[in-house]
Amino acid sequence: MESNSPASAANAGGLKRRKLTGILYSQKIAPWFFVLPFVISFALFFIYPVLSAVNMSFQQVLPGQVEYIGLENYEKLWNPTFWKAIVNSSKYTFYTLLILIPLPLVLAVFLNSKAMVLRNFYRSTLFIPALTSVVVAGTVFRLAFGELEGSLMNTIAVSIGFEPQRWLRREGLAMFALVLLACWRWIGVNLLYFMAGLQNIPKELYESADIDGANNWNKFSRITLPLLKPITIYVFTISIYGGYAMFTESYMLWAGNRSPNDIGLTIVGYLYRNGLEQNNLGLGSAVGIVLLLLTFVITIVQLKLFGMFRKEE
Amino acid sequence: MWTFNELHKTFYDDMAKRWNAANPEKKIQLTVNVYPYDDMHNKLLVALQSGTGAPDLADIELNKFPNFLKGEPQLIPLNDIVEPEISNLVKSRLDIYAKDGQYYGIDFHVGAAVIYYNKEILDKAGVNPDDIVTWADYEAAGKKVLDATGVPMTTLETSDLWTLWPQVAQAPGKDDFQTADGQLNITSPIVSGPLKWQQNLIKSKIAIPTPGGNHHAEEYYGMMNGGGAASVWMPMWYMGRFTDYMPDLKGKIVIKPMPVWNPGEPRSAGMGGTGTAVTKTSKNQDAAKSFLAYAKLSKEGNIEIWKQLGFDPLRSDVWDAPELKEPNKFTDYFGPNIFDILTQVKSEIEGVNINEKTPAISDAFKTSVITRILLDNEDVDKVLSEAANQLK
Repeated sequence: MESNSPASAANAGGLKRRKLTGILYSQKIAPWFFVLPFVISFALFFIYPVLSAVNMSFQQVLPGQVEYIGLENYEKLWNPTFWKAIVNSSKYTFYTLLILIPLPLVLAVFLNSKAMVLRNFYRSTLFIPALTSVVVAGTVFRLAFGELEGSLMNTIAVSIGFEPQRWLRREGLAMFALVLLACWRWIGVNLLYFMAGLQNIPKELYESADIDGANNWNKFSRITLPLLKPITIYVFTISIYGGYAMFTESYMLWAGNRSPNDIGLTIVGYLYRNGLEQNNLGLGSAVGIVLLLLTFVITIVQLKLFGMFRKEE
Repeated sequence: MWTFNELHKTFYDDMAKRWNAANPEKKIQLTVNVYPYDDMHNKLLVALQSGTGAPDLADIELNKFPNFLKGEPQLIPLNDIVEPEISNLVKSRLDIYAKDGQYYGIDFHVGAAVIYYNKEILDKAGVNPDDIVTWADYEAAGKKVLDATGVPMTTLETSDLWTLWPQVAQAPGKDDFQTADGQLNITSPIVSGPLKWQQNLIKSKIAIPTPGGNHHAEEYYGMMNGGGAASVWMPMWYMGRFTDYMPDLKGKIVIKPMPVWNPGEPRSAGMGGTGTAVTKTSKNQDAAKSFLAYAKLSKEGNIEIWKQLGFDPLRSDVWDAPELKEPNKFTDYFGPNIFDILTQVKSEIEGVNINEKTPAISDAFKTSVITRILLDNEDVDKVLSEAANQLK
C-alpha cells in the first residue's frame, strides 16, 4: 500500500534525480556521458560505414545477388586507370601543399601586422571564395578556361604573347586549372588558421627580441615559424586528406566525371565511376579502402617526420 | 515519380490531368520530382539496392539503364502493356531496355540520327545537301565548304559518343561496339573504320574537335549559333537544343537523312533515350503501369510527346497523323514536314546493342579512346586494341 502513496512516488522521483546527478558528478562516468553524442554519431556515421565498406570490398554487390568473391575487387584495381587516378591525386595534393601552406602563412603574417593598410578588406576578400559553392565556382572556372579564343584565360594568354590554349584538354594545363581553383578557394581558410595561430603568440617574445636587437627576418624565423608549428602540422594534415579526397572540383571542371585521357581523374572520381556510374559497389568499396589506407600511411609518416609522436620535452 | 528533366515533368503532369479526366473512376495522384541527372540515377540505384525509398515510377537514361538490370532487376516487367501494341512500336527501341525477353522500360522516342545542315553556309559554297549520299560525298562537300568559306564542315565529339555511335551503328548487320551476342567488338572495322575516317577529317581540317568536347557544351552552342560549322549529325531529339540554345540559326537549318558508308546501307540509327520503369517496391504497380501505358504507349500520348517535347515518338503509326503537321515551335524553326525525313528512313533505323558492359565501354571511349585518336592523333588500331585489352 505504501508504494502507492504520493510520498513514496516523490521519493522515487528524488532517487531518480539523485541517480542522474550521481552520474553527472561521477569522475568515471561523467566524461563518457558528455562525449556520448559524439561517440554515437562517430560510430553510426563513420565506424559502421568503414566496417561495412571493408566487408563490401570483398563482395560482389548486386540487388538480390550479394556474394563473397575474395580479393577479386582488389585484383581488378591493378590497372593503368586506377594508377593514373592515384598519380593525379598525388600530384594535386603535392602542388596544393606546395602553395597552400607557405602562401597563406606569409599572407597571415602580413595581414596580422599593424602596418598593413586595408587589412580587414584583404582578410575578407581572401576568405570569400571559401564561402562559394564548388559547383558554381567549378562552372565559372570551366567557362573561364574555355578553349575558344574569347575565353577569359585565352584572352589573358594572348595578351601576354602566348597562343590560345585548349586548357582543359592538355595534361599540364588541366592540373594548373585544378590547382588554381583549389588555391583560389582554400587560401582564405588556411589564412584563418594561421592568423588564429599568430594571435596566440605572446607579444612579450617580440618585445624582448626587439630589445635584443633582432631584425624582422630573425623574429619571423626564430619566433613566428617555430611557434606556428602545431598549426602548420594541423593544416598539413587536413590538406593531405583534402587533396586526396578531391572530387567535386574535377567533376565540375569537366562537367561530369569524364576528362580527356583521364587527366582530371582522381581516386574518388574513380570510386564514383566504378561504384555508382557502373553500379559496382564492391569495387567502389575497395577503392575507398585503398584511399583510406593511403592517406593513413602518408599522414602517419608525415606526423612522424614532424616529431608529433615524440614525448614533450 | 522521379525524373531528371524538367520538360519530362511538364509532360507527365499534363498526361496525369488527361488521365484523370478520362478515367474519373480510377483517378491517380502523380507527384513528379526533378533531380539532377547523376543525382537521380545514383539515388535510385541506392534506393533499389537497399529496398526502401524508391518511387513508383522513374525515368532512367539509356546509358544508365544497364546498371539497373544487373543482378535481379528491381524493376517490374512491362510485357503485359507492351505486347498488345508491339506491332505499332519501333521494336529496336524496346530491346535496349530488355533482359531475358522481359521489357523493363518504355522510351519517349526513336532518337533517329539525322544530319542538320546550315543551309546559309552550304549555299555560299554552292553545295546542295540533297547531292550528299555517302560519307565520301560528305567529305568532298566539306572540302568545298572549307575552301569557299573557311568554316569547318562539322565538329566531332571527343568526350561523348553522339558523333561516333551513329556511324558505328549504321553498319549493316547487328554488330556495333559489341556483337549481337554480347562480345566486345571494338577492334573490328565497324568501329575502326569510322574512327579512321574522322581522324582524317580532322587532319584535313574539314572537321574540328567540338569545342567543350561535346555537342551539349555551352561553348559549342555559342560557336554553332554564330555559324562556326556547316553541319552536325545528332538524333532528332537534338532539335530542342537548336530551338532553345541556338536561336540565331532559325530558318537556316535543314534536316536530312545521314549519309551512308555504301549506297543502299541504312541511313539512320536510334540513339539515346529514356526508359520509364516501374519499381518492384512500388505499392501501386498496376496504377503505375496503366498510367505509363497511357502516357507513353497510347496514340494520344505519342502525339503529345511530339507536341510538347519535340521527340520522334515510338509509335510509327502516328508519324503521318495530321496532328504532327500542325505548326509548333519546331516547325517554326525548321520548317514544315519535319516528319517526312523520318518516314523516308523508317525501315532503316538501326538498333544498338546495350547490355551490362555498355557503361564501361562508353566510359572508355568518352575518357580516353576518342581523345587519343582525334586530339592526340594516335594510331587508331593501336589505341583500340589497348582499350580492348583493358576492357576484357
